[in-house]
Amino acid sequence: MGEKPKLIVNGVRTDGRKPGDLRSLKITAGFLHRADGSAYLEWGENKILAAVYGPRECVPRHDMNPYKACVRCRYVMAPFASLEEHGRSGPSRRSIELSKVIREVFENVVLSEQFPKTAIDVYIEVLQADGGTRCAGITAASVALANAGIPMKDLVSAVAVGKVDGELVLDCNKIEDNHGESDVPIAFAARNKDVLLFQMDGLLSKQELGKAFEMAEAASEYIHEVQVNALKEVYEKKKAEIEGENNGV
Amino acid sequence: MFIVEILDEVKRDYVQEVLKKGKRPEERGFFDYREIALKKGVLSSAEGSALARIGKTQVLAAVKIGVGTPFPDRPNEGIMSTSSELLPLASPYFEPGPPNENSIELARIVDRGIRSSETIDLESFYLEEGKVMSLFIDLYVLDHSGNLIDASALAAMAALLDVKMPRVEECKIIRTEHVGSLKLGEKVVACTFAKIGEAIVLDASVDEEAATDARITIATVPETVCAVQKSGRGALKVSEIDALIDKSLEKGKELRKLLV
Repeated sequence: MGEKPKLIVNGVRTDGRKPGDLRSLKITAGFLHRADGSAYLEWGENKILAAVYGPRECVPRHDMNPYKACVRCRYVMAPFASLEEHGRSGPSRRSIELSKVIREVFENVVLSEQFPKTAIDVYIEVLQADGGTRCAGITAASVALANAGIPMKDLVSAVAVGKVDGELVLDCNKIEDNHGESDVPIAFAARNKDVLLFQMDGLLSKQELGKAFEMAEAASEYIHEVQVNALKEVYEKKKAEIEGENNGV
Repeated sequence: MFIVEILDEVKRDYVQEVLKKGKRPEERGFFDYREIALKKGVLSSAEGSALARIGKTQVLAAVKIGVGTPFPDRPNEGIMSTSSELLPLASPYFEPGPPNENSIELARIVDRGIRSSETIDLESFYLEEGKVMSLFIDLYVLDHSGNLIDASALAAMAALLDVKMPRVEECKIIRTEHVGSLKLGEKVVACTFAKIGEAIVLDASVDEEAATDARITIATVPETVCAVQKSGRGALKVSEIDALIDKSLEKGKELRKLLV
């Protein structure tokens, strides 16, 4: 990591953004073919694949719940995902913790009571990481779940706010994450603004945390819009295909 | 369905009923801790140790100092690592085996609080090029009667306060000779709240934990928040979080008084 570079110069961040700017966000729903639902997301330099299988038979059986579907989640970072050395493949302690809190986010919104005794598996693979991967993963997985046709109370939109060179900034990239003073990933349910994920490290006053929530909430509305558009696109394409077939006959 | 799960369902109903009446099953206030007891220096093999009790919950923390190689991205800083063991003797639900997600989460929350607070000056652990001192915090959960996080955070902080630094000579640790205590900044404490139905309580017991929808841990140093973890499938409102931050800053003062 070495020396800490200056992260904000004349109000401009390392990648040219202003403190309140998001990086470019692109989501493609239905990216994979075998999965019941999927999404590919590019958020800045982050590249993330999310896929959903289920509701399907619950194996191992001890995970089974007679009253509702068992929602499971696996968030992993590919060993080649970062600019640094080759990492270990498979789940690390960090990714086990993140898998747990991400699963809990989706346990909240998925209407699991409709599918007793089944399993709904959410897989999040981080192919390229540039800061904020858990939020990007949640955002992608939420689209994948909707794409799988799984009934949910709401879509979930997540974004992190960080403190960099003493200033609160939206959606930190990797450099800002590494050298920043604080990182606050937050996930909102789009409709009622329920906070479904909230983690924090670094030092922040109560006022700063309040401001972080305001920034994240405003950004989550834009993210939600991108998610909805990604889903619309898939179904519009499908509709056009069906219409095309009908015309061909 | 397992009998334990049915019991949890029954407990959940019972706890929710009691809370609705504005009371807690153990007759304490919604934001009261159970009795807390801290005992430092319970082990002589470790450089620092402490046993924390909150009600019937008991967590033992041990701090060991060693010499190691720094992380390549932080060549001038010492290493700090926190791990936890949910020992099978601590609860009928704990099983032997590698750390599960709850154990990993517990250790990582405690670690994050201590690391973010910068209470340990890791740069002072630098010895020479490629060699630094390392500090290991082991959290041994002995008796699980609810609120392991706050108990573990207290045990860890008390164990750090108990550390007698060994003498280091030419990058070798001489464990029989001590050179004073570990230099620490502000004391970190954690407050964990459980949202059960519409009620929010501090320091949940095992029964209350079985009924918990959402949980939030807020670690603080005086006047500043240094780590947060929300978990559980339930949701929190921004206004609730706001109020709980105030509560944690206030309760943190009480906890810090116990850490001497």
